[in-house]
Amino acid sequence: MGKKVALTGNEAAAHAIRQIEPDVIAAFPITPSTPIPQAVAQFIADGEMDTELVTVESEHSAMSACIGAAAAGGRVMTATSANGYALMWEMLYIASGMRLPIVMAVVARALSAPLNIHGDHSDIMGGRDTGWIQIIAENSQEAYDGLIQAVKIAENKDVMTPALVAMDGFNISHAIEIWEMEDDKAVKDFIGEYKPLFPLLNTDDPVTHGAWAPPNWYFEHKMSQLKGLLAAKDVVAKVGKEFGEVFGREYGLYEAYKLDDAELVIVAAGSVCGTTKDVVDKLREEGQKVGLLKIRLFRPFPYKELADALQSAKAIAILDRVSPAGAQGGPLFNEIRSALYDTPTRAPIINYTYGLGGRDTQPIHINSVFDRLKKIVETGKIEKQFDCLNLRGEWR
Amino acid sequence: MALLNELAKKKEGLVSGHRLCPGCTHSVIMRQVFAAADTDKYDIVIAAATGCFEVSTGLYPYTSWNVPWIHTAFENAASTIAGVETMYRVLKRKGKVKKDIRFIAIASDGGTYDIGLQALSGAIERGHQFLYICNDNNAYQNTGNQRSSATPFGGSTTTSPNGKVKFGKEQPRKDIMSIIEGHHLPYAAQASPSNWRDLMNKVKKALDVNGPTYINVIEPCTTGWGFPPEKAIEIAQLAVDTCVWPLYEVENGKIKINYKPQKKLPVVEYLKPQRRFAHLFKKGNEHVIEEFQRQVDEQWEWLLKREECGL
Repeated sequence: MGKKVALTGNEAAAHAIRQIEPDVIAAFPITPSTPIPQAVAQFIADGEMDTELVTVESEHSAMSACIGAAAAGGRVMTATSANGYALMWEMLYIASGMRLPIVMAVVARALSAPLNIHGDHSDIMGGRDTGWIQIIAENSQEAYDGLIQAVKIAENKDVMTPALVAMDGFNISHAIEIWEMEDDKAVKDFIGEYKPLFPLLNTDDPVTHGAWAPPNWYFEHKMSQLKGLLAAKDVVAKVGKEFGEVFGREYGLYEAYKLDDAELVIVAAGSVCGTTKDVVDKLREEGQKVGLLKIRLFRPFPYKELADALQSAKAIAILDRVSPAGAQGGPLFNEIRSALYDTPTRAPIINYTYGLGGRDTQPIHINSVFDRLKKIVETGKIEKQFDCLNLRGEWR
Repeated sequence: MALLNELAKKKEGLVSGHRLCPGCTHSVIMRQVFAAADTDKYDIVIAAATGCFEVSTGLYPYTSWNVPWIHTAFENAASTIAGVETMYRVLKRKGKVKKDIRFIAIASDGGTYDIGLQALSGAIERGHQFLYICNDNNAYQNTGNQRSSATPFGGSTTTSPNGKVKFGKEQPRKDIMSIIEGHHLPYAAQASPSNWRDLMNKVKKALDVNGPTYINVIEPCTTGWGFPPEKAIEIAQLAVDTCVWPLYEVENGKIKINYKPQKKLPVVEYLKPQRRFAHLFKKGNEHVIEEFQRQVDEQWEWLLKREECGL
């Protein structure tokens, strides 16, 4: 039986890692994910887990060592944030291109400049095309549950793709919440034993990992890799269901919160969904047909399922915790709007950037979004397609 | 050490079919490495940095490697092998791997002296048990002979060209051996494929040490340096005999010079047969050769003094 604990998101991730007990962890400390490798180091020092921690000199080497260790033939995990994640960028492609089921906790944080150590999605969105499975957690429980599931998803023979579970820096990583920690053995039984496909350490059957592929092969490799990533969608659903059967908390590709008959819908990912749910509850009490579509699986992007879930909407607002950086809206906005293009209902859709560099997002701000959606439905006009939440002054 | 004809019978880790340039000494060095390794006692796993050697031996769907081999990127052969070696220790402890395995990382000067220096420093500092071999061909040869920090003073490359007002690279080579030594690792050495017995002794020693070891090997490059393919070993020997490339080892902090030329040749003997130094023999560049000689002499005297003082 599991037990209720009051611990931070970082501690939730650290306990998941302790229970998964990977063979090797290679990590370099970076705020706000630093407490994860710290806690792991303490678990190892206290003999609570049998894992080798490689205290590398950089995040680039962290991912390089993870790749070497995973290719060698064991279970491998790491954790990072922000500029550390960015420093890994080159190696993230190599990990996925080599089909190594590494699992990483990303405590999502703003990227410099200006230097900022607080939460937003600049890092994970910057790496959204690196071929990794990306799961975004709303709270500590989801970060804990997600990491355990990620091991099983990444190691699935049809997938064989690295996976990351992201949680918002500070909002989740440093906030103490009550969550359910399962028994060590139950977690181990759930993930099972890892059996590598082509371990480098099997010297009886030497393999070459990481060959170079000229134009007559590279394309085939990348498309075959994509099959693995796309296969993850069904596996995420399957593992989420199995997790529910064993631990009582079922997970899907996304969460539809009061969405069945919702006319005014917010689409968001991460900790802001908790705030949004509160606002939805209040507005529902007032009889307003509002709802939230919470993104859980961001890569591979389950566009069909998400578009279907939005069919009742009369107006949609997408919240992106990242600057659109010159694109037509933030990444989530682009994905959702593209997903809706092929569906019968294409509700008016607007985009907000919020929470950059740890800027607070309160119920009042979410309320303003629903107000805007209401106005769009009433007038049939989108006056401003892109806007910011809780920004000092008007944007443009 | 075994006789040559016995060594020739040993199982090769790198086999034929690779695409190295004719006359390239990468494969010569690697065959000497495998000949030196005690493969009856342990198996070998290799990590390679991106470079000439990697692209010519690991071209999908072929491989020239008869041993497990991994390549990930340019700057991280050391951190990649650190991951492999760590997993080995864990799986050995957990009884999932039974064999004795030794680990070798191979990179050239670009992936060692420059972009790979940080990863190498970190891996040595952490004490992983691996042998790092730098095949130093004095430039970024895989991308077409651009300057590296291992390019010799006066050497012409595509990014340190000889021109109307420049004479090639204006800075001396980076002293990588001193940087490596600064990590106080158990064993570091400099070797040359021309002195194969010395190179093999060093490899054997390095593979038997518990901890990180480093061997810097001169790797004459026919295309980048500009000499006929059959001259590669000869050029390497000239580097040794002019003391441009001193053969020495540092064991637990103490230096030993392994070869002292009976007659130390002037550096011009080494510079002359190479196209990359041809411009130095034109009128007006005499001072560059003089400076080259001065730098070589200074380094050699310093090594001799260290040995004499037991440092």
